[in-house]
Amino acid sequence: MAIIGNKKYQERISAHLAKYPDKRSAVMPLLYIAQEEYGWINAEGVLEVAQLCDMDPTQVRSISGFYTMYSEKTKGKYWLQVCNDLACALRGADEFHHWLKEELDVEEGGTTADGLFTVEHVMCLAACDKAPMLQCNFHFVDDLVDPNETPDLEKAKAKMREKLDKWRKEATEYANRKS
Amino acid sequence: MMGDVKHILLRWKDVNADFSKLEEYRKHGGFEGLKKALAMTPAQVIDEVKNSGLRGRGGAGFPTGVKWSFIPQSEPVKYLVVNADESETGTFKDRLIMETNPYQLLEGVLIGAYAIGAKATYVYLRGEFWDLGHFLDECIENMRKANLVGDNIMGSGFSCDIFTHLGAGAYICGEETALLNSLEGKLGQPRVRPPFPANKGGGLYSEPTVVNNVETIANVPWIVWKGAGEYKAIGTEQSAGTKLYCVSGHVKRPGVYELPFTATFRELLVDICGGPLSDEYGFKALLPSGGSGPIVALNDQVLDTRMSYEDTAKVGTIIGSASLIVMDESVDVTWVASKITKFFKHESCGKCTPCREGTYWLDKVLDRIMAGEGNENDVKLIENVAKNMAGITLCALGEFAANPIIYTIKNFPDDFKKHAKKDGKAVAKQPVAAAGD
Repeated sequence: MAIIGNKKYQERISAHLAKYPDKRSAVMPLLYIAQEEYGWINAEGVLEVAQLCDMDPTQVRSISGFYTMYSEKTKGKYWLQVCNDLACALRGADEFHHWLKEELDVEEGGTTADGLFTVEHVMCLAACDKAPMLQCNFHFVDDLVDPNETPDLEKAKAKMREKLDKWRKEATEYANRKS
Repeated sequence: MMGDVKHILLRWKDVNADFSKLEEYRKHGGFEGLKKALAMTPAQVIDEVKNSGLRGRGGAGFPTGVKWSFIPQSEPVKYLVVNADESETGTFKDRLIMETNPYQLLEGVLIGAYAIGAKATYVYLRGEFWDLGHFLDECIENMRKANLVGDNIMGSGFSCDIFTHLGAGAYICGEETALLNSLEGKLGQPRVRPPFPANKGGGLYSEPTVVNNVETIANVPWIVWKGAGEYKAIGTEQSAGTKLYCVSGHVKRPGVYELPFTATFRELLVDICGGPLSDEYGFKALLPSGGSGPIVALNDQVLDTRMSYEDTAKVGTIIGSASLIVMDESVDVTWVASKITKFFKHESCGKCTPCREGTYWLDKVLDRIMAGEGNENDVKLIENVAKNMAGITLCALGEFAANPIIYTIKNFPDDFKKHAKKDGKAVAKQPVAAAGD
């Protein structure tokens, strides 16, 4: 595993480095690539990004530690981040967040025993009219309720259960293909 | 009066077209503004925007044309940066512009770049707009194929590129100097000013830089295309044009609505959004500018106020970014203060002491109050902490974090009284009602 010299990333890395007059500016997009490769920001990734951006590894580590979208530990295959800020909370997000943790039997920030799901709360995702909503691996899940209907948490939970089942199925199929 | 004009930013609604497609956008006047701008001198473009009365839509309301005119033309390298780090609780308008009308934003970027003389521009999106960032990249590539970005745009001799940059989950990067630091690959923490971004030494890579909000820039093509006068005719004296109002919380139909600044809160919240969410509770409180703006009682006086910069000031609040969070009578405003404080505590960058320590202690004491273990002195304590944070921090976040405390206590004192006893003793935890109670 590596990002430097990995054909999968070569084009993207060059494109990011070319975007800015200073290599250092590419540290954020390249950290995303490292996270994609290793699943989290590990020491190898930090060293590679430092080399690519002409930075000290400590400086790269300070960047990955400052921003919440870089994970400093491994996450579940599906990283579920539920927005429970004020605007969402007014439409039931706190209850939904609590329910999701119970449904998957995890603590805040914890990962399910099968390694599939990590659940945590996240600050405002700019989709306040779609509450309750969440992001899964940085993709918005904002179709749990219809904004034109009175928010129905039971409906939202049922829809979320369907999604969880779909992801479980996907993961099993992927594991079967791999073996 | 808006005459025949209904929408500027969501213009696709009037012509019933899909503006997320370049061809559709061009068919309906897309890039006419850029074409016109490229035939003018940069100074004329700046004057046009100045005359339109356009003010920054990110919240501060600073006149856009004036901001552009601060850029020293003598400097060889200049930058235009678009702030798409939309992260304030209750704000979701920029996302809608980028999803449904991306080319109008990108056209505006090029007009702005031409006016200030920038050859490279960056759109800084919050990291959570992951899919949207990739969509904008596709849009830019489509423009490149049509000679609308890159070298010698439309054969005019003007060359300019647009790049996207994804943040990684930090509200503070919506503050312009923190954004510039983040774009430079540094910690997203605000800089000490002066020098200001427009000055040599203060902007991106130390070069003079304009940072504009998505909504601000997306207004520009229409202004140049139709003329400053047309734009100025919409809205009020000090608030020209239309605004995207984001409505969330306790209304029947939350969402983003584009209205002229002459519209009142009642027209939006009652006529358009359908009034209070439940039939059981009436309106109680309103945060008109996300978590950071002053909270007010949502009474008839406020409902009949026009949603402009000058009118909202008269009722003790601001319109800011127009992120309306509506709360009904079931809401305990102390809980609101606590929720917003948790947000700012989490998002404080830690660089300056009043904000870092202040948000920490506000949160701690509010937790105590919410747990029923606070007393009247605690309310005075948080008010004191908040007042000592406001106005002395490096950036506005300190002020933003102080506002929810100061204004919830000022405008909703009874809510706090319910949580704190006068004799200095804590209120006992509310017992859970037994069945049948």
